[in-house]
Amino acid sequence: MDKQEKRNMIARRVAREFKDGDVVNLGIGMPTLVANFIDGDKKVILQSENGFLGVGPAPEPGQEDPDVVNAGGQIVSILAGGACFDSAVSFGIIRGGHVDATVLGALEVDEEGNLANWMIPGKLVPGMGGAMDLVVGAQKVIIATEHCNKKGEPKILRRCKLPLTATKEVDLIVTELAVIEVTLSGLLLREVAEDSSIEEVKEKTEAELIIPDEVGVLR
Amino acid sequence: MKEIISPGQAAKMVRDGMSVMVGGFMVVGTPTAIVDAVVREGAKDLTLIVNDTGFPEQGVGKMVSADQLKKVIVSHIGTNKITGEKMNNKEIEVELVPQGTLAEQIRAGGSGLGGVLTPTGVGTVVQEGKRVINVDGQDYLLATPLRADVALLKAHKADRAGNLVFRRAARNFNPLMATAADLVIVEVEEVLEIGEIDPDEVVTPGIFVDYLVMGEVQQDG
Repeated sequence: MDKQEKRNMIARRVAREFKDGDVVNLGIGMPTLVANFIDGDKKVILQSENGFLGVGPAPEPGQEDPDVVNAGGQIVSILAGGACFDSAVSFGIIRGGHVDATVLGALEVDEEGNLANWMIPGKLVPGMGGAMDLVVGAQKVIIATEHCNKKGEPKILRRCKLPLTATKEVDLIVTELAVIEVTLSGLLLREVAEDSSIEEVKEKTEAELIIPDEVGVLR
Repeated sequence: MKEIISPGQAAKMVRDGMSVMVGGFMVVGTPTAIVDAVVREGAKDLTLIVNDTGFPEQGVGKMVSADQLKKVIVSHIGTNKITGEKMNNKEIEVELVPQGTLAEQIRAGGSGLGGVLTPTGVGTVVQEGKRVINVDGQDYLLATPLRADVALLKAHKADRAGNLVFRRAARNFNPLMATAADLVIVEVEEVLEIGEIDPDEVVTPGIFVDYLVMGEVQQDG
C-alpha cells in the first residue's frame, strides 16, 4: 500500500465509527479525509470550530466563498440546515459535550489514553489551537494516525514523552495496521489489518497490548 | 449615529504600548484595511490578542513582520513561521492559549466576570502558573478575564447605530472582542441606515461600537 492508500484505509475505518445523527469535528490533515467515507445513509453533522455546523464539500470552481473556510483554512461549503456562531458558542459546543466524536492526528499516544499532538519543544511549536478543547470536550476521541513516525519508531507508547494535549481522553486509535481501544485495563487490540499480523502490530507498538481471543480484521 | 472614519484615522488611535484585540481566524473576519493602516502608521510595542497570527504577508502577520509587537496572546502561530522565528529569537513574547479558553477569557473580560473555570489544559503545560479549582470532584483551571485598550474588528454589515451583522465563518472572535475593549473600531462591507437591520438579526448591539470603517466588499449576501 502506498501512503495515500494507507491514509484512505484509516479514514474509511474511522468513518464507520460514526452513528446516525452524530455531531463530529474532524481535525486538520488525514482526519479531514474521513468526510469522504461517511456512509450516505447516516446523517452526520460536521462542526468546524471556527464557527459553523454543517460543513459541506469544497464548492464548484467559481462558487467559492472566502468567508466559508474550515479550521484548516480550506474553502468548503455550508450545507442547508447549517448554522453559524461565534468562537465562544463554538467551544461551548465542544467542551459542553455536544460533539459526539472528534478525529485527530497524533505525535504520540499512550496506554492511559494520553495524547501528545501539538508541539515538539525546540522544533515545532505551532500552538494548540482548538485541539486541547476538542480532546477534553468531545464524547469520543478517535486518533487517526500512521502506526509509526517518519523514522519508523512507534507512536503508541507506554507513556507519552512530548508535552500532552490532554490526559486520559483518547478512546480509539486507528492506524494502517490496527484498531486499538483504550480501556481502563490498557490497550485492547480490536482489529488487525488483512496484510498484517498480531506479531507485526506488537513489534511496532511500544505499549503493552491486550490480545483478546478474537481479533477482527481491519479492511 | 456612529462616525464613519478612514482606516488611517482608525490606525492613528492605536498608539505605542497599547493592547490590541484583532478579530479573525486565519484572516477570515480580520479587518484587513485597518490592519494595513496600522502597519503604515507604525505603532510599536503592542500587545496583540488574536486567535492566530495569520500569514506572513496577510492580516496581523504584517504586524508581526513589521516588528510592531511586544507580546502576542494567541492560540495558534503555525501558519506564520515568522512569529515562530521571532519567538525563538526572543523578539516577541508568545503566550499560547487554548482557543476555547481564549474565547472565554475575552467573554469574561467583556461581561464583568472574574474568570471562567475550564477543564481544558488540566495536566498539560497550560496548567503551569494557573490556579486549579476543584468543583464536585473535577479539576478546572481558572482562566482570568482579558481586556484590551482597542479592538479592531470586522463585520459584514452595520447600521448607523453601530449594530452589527456578521457573515459565515467571518464571525469567530469579533462579537466577543466587541465587548472587551475600551475603544471598538469595526470595519464593515456595508453601512445601512438606522432601521434597515431588524433588531432580531443584530448579533452585536451598537452600544459596543465606537467607530465604523468602510472596508472592501467580500461577497454579496
